[in-house]
Amino acid sequence: MSMFLEAFTWLADSAAWMGATSIGHRLGQHLIITMIVVGIAAAIALPVGIAIGHTGRGRGFVIAAAGAARAVPTLGLLTILALAMGIGITAPIVALIVLAVPPLLAGTYAGIENVERTTIDAARAAGMNEFQIIVHVELPLAAHVILGGFRSATLQVIATATLAAYVSDSGLGRYIFAGLKSRDYPQMLAGALLVAALAILIDLGLSVLQRMVRRSVEPRMPRPRSRVAGPSLKGAS
Amino acid sequence: MTWLSTSWPRVLELTWSHLLLSLPAILLGIMVAVPLGRIASRWPRPGGIVLGAASLLYAIPALPLLIIIPFLFGFPQRSPTTLVVALGVYAAAVLVRTSADAFTSIDSKVRESAIATGHSAGAMFWRVDLPLAVPVLVSGIRVVTVSTVGLVTISALIGVPSLGTLFTDGFQRGITAEVITGILAVIVVACVLDAICVVIGRKLTPWSHTRSQPKRTHEPAGEAKA
Repeated sequence: MSMFLEAFTWLADSAAWMGATSIGHRLGQHLIITMIVVGIAAAIALPVGIAIGHTGRGRGFVIAAAGAARAVPTLGLLTILALAMGIGITAPIVALIVLAVPPLLAGTYAGIENVERTTIDAARAAGMNEFQIIVHVELPLAAHVILGGFRSATLQVIATATLAAYVSDSGLGRYIFAGLKSRDYPQMLAGALLVAALAILIDLGLSVLQRMVRRSVEPRMPRPRSRVAGPSLKGAS
Repeated sequence: MTWLSTSWPRVLELTWSHLLLSLPAILLGIMVAVPLGRIASRWPRPGGIVLGAASLLYAIPALPLLIIIPFLFGFPQRSPTTLVVALGVYAAAVLVRTSADAFTSIDSKVRESAIATGHSAGAMFWRVDLPLAVPVLVSGIRVVTVSTVGLVTISALIGVPSLGTLFTDGFQRGITAEVITGILAVIVVACVLDAICVVIGRKLTPWSHTRSQPKRTHEPAGEAKA
């Protein structure tokens, strides 16, 4: 337990907050990497996920991609790309995008696909074209599920951006690896606590956002989750 | 290929260490998550707290967790125990929700009949709830198994040998073949363990396939339950 005190002392020390290796700088790097990666991954996954969810084609591909992504060890992907592309920030960013796409894709596809068929048929009957159906019906109703995919992708990226410090000089993971190498346990523990706190805060923030979005659509929906007709509807789609 | 032809004994040895780290972690996760899931499905209010705590725990990335746990519990740094406990906690955090769902999804009529035929609380758990929860539990255990086998590789970062050692060693010495071998070996181990989960799941629920084949034609009503 005393090590926690030392870690907090390390965190409170003004030296840790100054210069190019300061906590603020590393935290900023970690957040910027996360935002860039999630942004690029979303630009790839959202259109593809919407297309698959809307047309129902390519479902097997999403399931296979999500399964394969779970089996590929993140550290292996990071090191192989770092070997191929050289030490620096490019390799980790590519690796992180590869890891962030599957959860986003799965969330988007599942969200769109789970929109009640009758609702979509009603929209079509009311004269909406496919584009309007996607933008005005499917996306709003799927928003909380898509956000769920966004949430797990973001957490995955924050976690892996920590490992990225192994192959590049970036992010909060630097403190962990520097501490491990020099057996500077307070620094190592402080780094670990910083990453854990960051991940928990972002997860909580996103879960609140998810709940708000969900609440904004649910009252208008006739309790979709408890319906018994589920299997027959799925067969029809 | 030349790298593999000289180093395959090392790969086998690391695969074995990898298994010795993953299997206890997965088993620990199952042993923690199943009872907790049952409690959560039975008493939703404390159960909600357990599930919330589990999801927060799961939000913590694995490497920081590996660093924090030894200090929290007084384990030695860089020990296999730390790794097994950290990944076991992780596995439990993921599995607890599936496990709660598995127990909640059991048909209440089946449970009532079990009470009517004189099952005690203990018999109810072992002979009714647990067997019926197996299919859903196995689906969760498969996810946890595959992700745990992948996560074990980070043991190399804290100096505990596993297939992840092929990543760190290959990276430091610039041997691409070694890293690729590591990735493939991890995927193979994950697939094999996943297949074993499927087989065990089938063995534990003999009724689920002996029934589905012949009964489908006679009793379409039975399908509504599935």
